[in-house]
Amino acid sequence: MKADSLRNRFERGLSSPICLTWELTYACNLACTHCLSSSGRRDPRELSTNEAKALIDEIAAMQIFYINIGGGEPMIRRDFFELIEHAVNQKVGVKFSTNGTRIDREAATRLAGIDYLDIQISIDGADALTNDRVRGAGSYDQARRAMDNLKAAEFGPFKISVVMTRDSIEQLDRFEELAVHYGAQLRLTRLRPSGRGAEVWEQLHPTLSQNRRLYQWLLERPNVLTGDSFFHLSALGSPLEGLNLCGAGRVVCLIDPVGEVYACPFVIHEEFRAGNVRDGGFGTVWTSSELFRSLREPGNPGACASCGSFDACRGGCMAAKFFTGLEMSDPDPECVFGHGETVLAAKRLLIRPTPSPDHSRRIPLVQKTR
Amino acid sequence: MSLAAVDVFDGSAPWRLSERVSLRDESFGALAYHHGTRRLVFLKSRELVDLVRSLDAFESADVAVASMISPALRAHYVTALSSLAASEIICEG
Repeated sequence: MKADSLRNRFERGLSSPICLTWELTYACNLACTHCLSSSGRRDPRELSTNEAKALIDEIAAMQIFYINIGGGEPMIRRDFFELIEHAVNQKVGVKFSTNGTRIDREAATRLAGIDYLDIQISIDGADALTNDRVRGAGSYDQARRAMDNLKAAEFGPFKISVVMTRDSIEQLDRFEELAVHYGAQLRLTRLRPSGRGAEVWEQLHPTLSQNRRLYQWLLERPNVLTGDSFFHLSALGSPLEGLNLCGAGRVVCLIDPVGEVYACPFVIHEEFRAGNVRDGGFGTVWTSSELFRSLREPGNPGACASCGSFDACRGGCMAAKFFTGLEMSDPDPECVFGHGETVLAAKRLLIRPTPSPDHSRRIPLVQKTR
Repeated sequence: MSLAAVDVFDGSAPWRLSERVSLRDESFGALAYHHGTRRLVFLKSRELVDLVRSLDAFESADVAVASMISPALRAHYVTALSSLAASEIICEG
């Protein structure tokens, strides 16, 4: 069977996701400007420990290979270790994203003792100045401390995860050096206009020429992980590593802290909500949701139909289009041929969707001085 | 087939599905996920999936192939096994 027909099968959906993303909590001790889930405050309706464990049992029964745990900051949940141990004990791999603030020496030692576990420490700059502009004062040093602790505890090759912004993309070689320094793996992902990212996307998303350079850089480094983030860049030539397709509702999805199921981690919005695990379990949502069924139907290539590269990029990222106010049949806003920019410019006056729900911390009127 | 795939696979030895692999049936065959390398691998036919699942019941991979696969297709399946060995989906022993 040819790779292409496998891709077609993937686009029609699988009996279970390959992996799913589960945001454990909306609570976060940082307030990154581009947060996909607009996190900050804990939602009081968060899944209880027992509900979370039942969900993990169902994930194991459905033979979902691994879960990407995020938030918010997942390590803030008091039952964090209990939950990840419950998953790995059933051979459900766990990959979790953290800002690192809670990885002290003790936590690092405990993490190093868990099998089937992968850790992604997020930074968005190769130095404090660049990083802290996006992630907040002190966050770079805290992330580095977490990396030091993991290295000292001999955790093994953890991942350093970086969102590609107009600034961080200029530091690719320095991120690579940092990864080598820690014996870590570098993981680069795309800045999406989702959550609070909608507010900063215009000023922070890479330029066309930066994206072209990124594509070349990634082509030369197949070992740099991307979570299939940059398949829209595959229109530039040879495909990048990965499945090179939009997996939303087909091979991946997202479960939020209160059990809502969305098509992918980048579309926490009513329009892409498939159901809730509290109503009959996750499996029911995966197989029966109207939204997921429609996503598994062949899409409408729309404006991209006449483009010779449609087969390479498949029109790009659904979330990037939606939150910039584009139609699903429009090109990706970061289309490598600039088609997206043209459409965006024409639609500039349109109102973009407001991210929902918003768990950002309310900014206090009076800031305490130290 | 890469050179590495040739080097790693000795059909006269006993082989089995690695314990670090989760294998899930799909309509086209199966998906295999290696928890160590974190790689996803496709098994593109039902026969290959059955062969991989049965490897540990035979004294060697060659015997497994000879018992389960028709003569005309055997070379093809040995190639498939050697590529699964290269990606550590199956291991010796």
